[in-house]
Amino acid sequence: MDTVLRLVYLGAAACFVIGLHLMNRPPTARRGSTISAAGMAAAVAATVVVLVRSGTVTGTGWAVLAAGVSVGGTAGWYLARTVAMTAVPQAVSLFNAAGGGAAALVAVHDLLRVGDAMAVGPAAAGALDVVIGAVTFSGSLIAAGKLQGVVASRPVVFPGSRLVNALLAAVAVGAGAVLVTGNGGTVALVVTALAALGFGVSMVMPIGGADMPVVISLLNALTGTAVAMAGIVIGNTVLIIAGALVGASGGILTKLMADAMNRSLWSVVAGGFGTGDEPPAAVAADARVRAVSADDAAIQLAYASRVIIVPGYGLAAAQAQHEVRELADLLESRGVDVCYAIHPVAGRLPGHMNVLLAEANVPYHELKEMDEVNPEFARADVALVIGANDVINPAARRPGNPVSGMPILDVDHAHSVIVIKRSMGHGYAGIDNELYSDPKTGMYFADAKRGLAELAAAVKVLVG
Amino acid sequence: MTDITIFVLGLLVGYEVISKVPATLHTPLMSAANAIHGIVLVGAALIVVTADTPVGYVVGFVAIALAAMNVVGGYAVTQRMLAMFRDRAREPR
Repeated sequence: MDTVLRLVYLGAAACFVIGLHLMNRPPTARRGSTISAAGMAAAVAATVVVLVRSGTVTGTGWAVLAAGVSVGGTAGWYLARTVAMTAVPQAVSLFNAAGGGAAALVAVHDLLRVGDAMAVGPAAAGALDVVIGAVTFSGSLIAAGKLQGVVASRPVVFPGSRLVNALLAAVAVGAGAVLVTGNGGTVALVVTALAALGFGVSMVMPIGGADMPVVISLLNALTGTAVAMAGIVIGNTVLIIAGALVGASGGILTKLMADAMNRSLWSVVAGGFGTGDEPPAAVAADARVRAVSADDAAIQLAYASRVIIVPGYGLAAAQAQHEVRELADLLESRGVDVCYAIHPVAGRLPGHMNVLLAEANVPYHELKEMDEVNPEFARADVALVIGANDVINPAARRPGNPVSGMPILDVDHAHSVIVIKRSMGHGYAGIDNELYSDPKTGMYFADAKRGLAELAAAVKVLVG
Repeated sequence: MTDITIFVLGLLVGYEVISKVPATLHTPLMSAANAIHGIVLVGAALIVVTADTPVGYVVGFVAIALAAMNVVGGYAVTQRMLAMFRDRAREPR
């Protein structure tokens, strides 16, 4: 029976590898996810069968198992099915927090049961599991909170916050080491877990919202590593393989994401620590902006020959992907050349905006990535910015402010710019956007959904 | 020692399996990797049955619930995201 279980685990591990590999390309991505899910189902089912046949599980044990699976499974299913497409990044971060917490608790449970008698090898893996798992648990919760707006998305830094960070990390590592020597008992375990939880919070708090995608991906990779450590503690190979797989592939993915944003991983994590120590360099805060009406904007759009639409988070938040497509269809029917400029992190996570626009059936070939579309702005009559802010802020080209170095769409190179935005409120990075006060920019203050509908109506009236 | 060997080999496979991924797939891929570490559900199930104290049961319950949320939610949200790419496949490229 044990051999069968091991073979099923091996099969599951193979499914995970193949599944991840197939997810490298859009045409095979769905199949990859299905194969991976099948492997997961097989591994879980085989485990349950073995537990049933072993006959050693108590009634209470089964009750706890059933209750846990139904509570967690229902919560996960409900959240995954009902969450708006715009809030998916937060959901992924929450699921990641759950995985990290579970991995940490597996080691906590084993360390509590076996206590100081545990051999050094598993104890070291256990201590690492508790530290990494607790950091990803609290860190992912904060990251999700920042994306949801429950936690301030600005870098939150106070004097000495770096010291607190270092201190918490040192305590977590120190208490973990005591735990490994087998002399600390429950006290060392509790201190390790609490310090690691604290470090997770203090690590993510100073990182600005714009860098959150990379942080979530990094925490995801860390959870994988924690799961692998949990596997070493309880001597379970499928946990080790799957955990290591996610740890490494998640790490690579994190690097790819950071590259897509032209950020080094180091500057995201370490640089984030520094942003608040010096006040952000003054960004020209000229309040004189030119507000335009729907009719003005409609005239500009209807008589343009090239329009580049720049969708941002505001479009995602207002669920206005269908309205933008209707406006684009209308303009195209007049012979206007329309395309969409997709910033790698438009909508908060790489690829998020593509998913949203795909939902609204925007033709794939009209979606252009940043490097492809940037040279075209100079030839565009109108750049229509919908609820985007930081990703088009020309201040990013200058050093010394929170968005410095972030790759941006060269919207300011277009002949004229129309920005649909609810207010002059700040974007994720919490700084002013000098594009808004540029003389060639017209600000159309409206909610993205209503604004686009009114624009489309105005264009219709105009062209009769 | 076998565990460490498996761990390192797993890392190498994970390193190789991700190649040049278009930005479009970054979010789904992250979500898929997120679902895979939900395998910790197997670990949580195996330990909860060794519990014999109230504390053990509570810790086990929370671990199981979190892991189940990770695995179910992870796969469900990945599938939902990828379902949106299917419609696009019909569009002319």
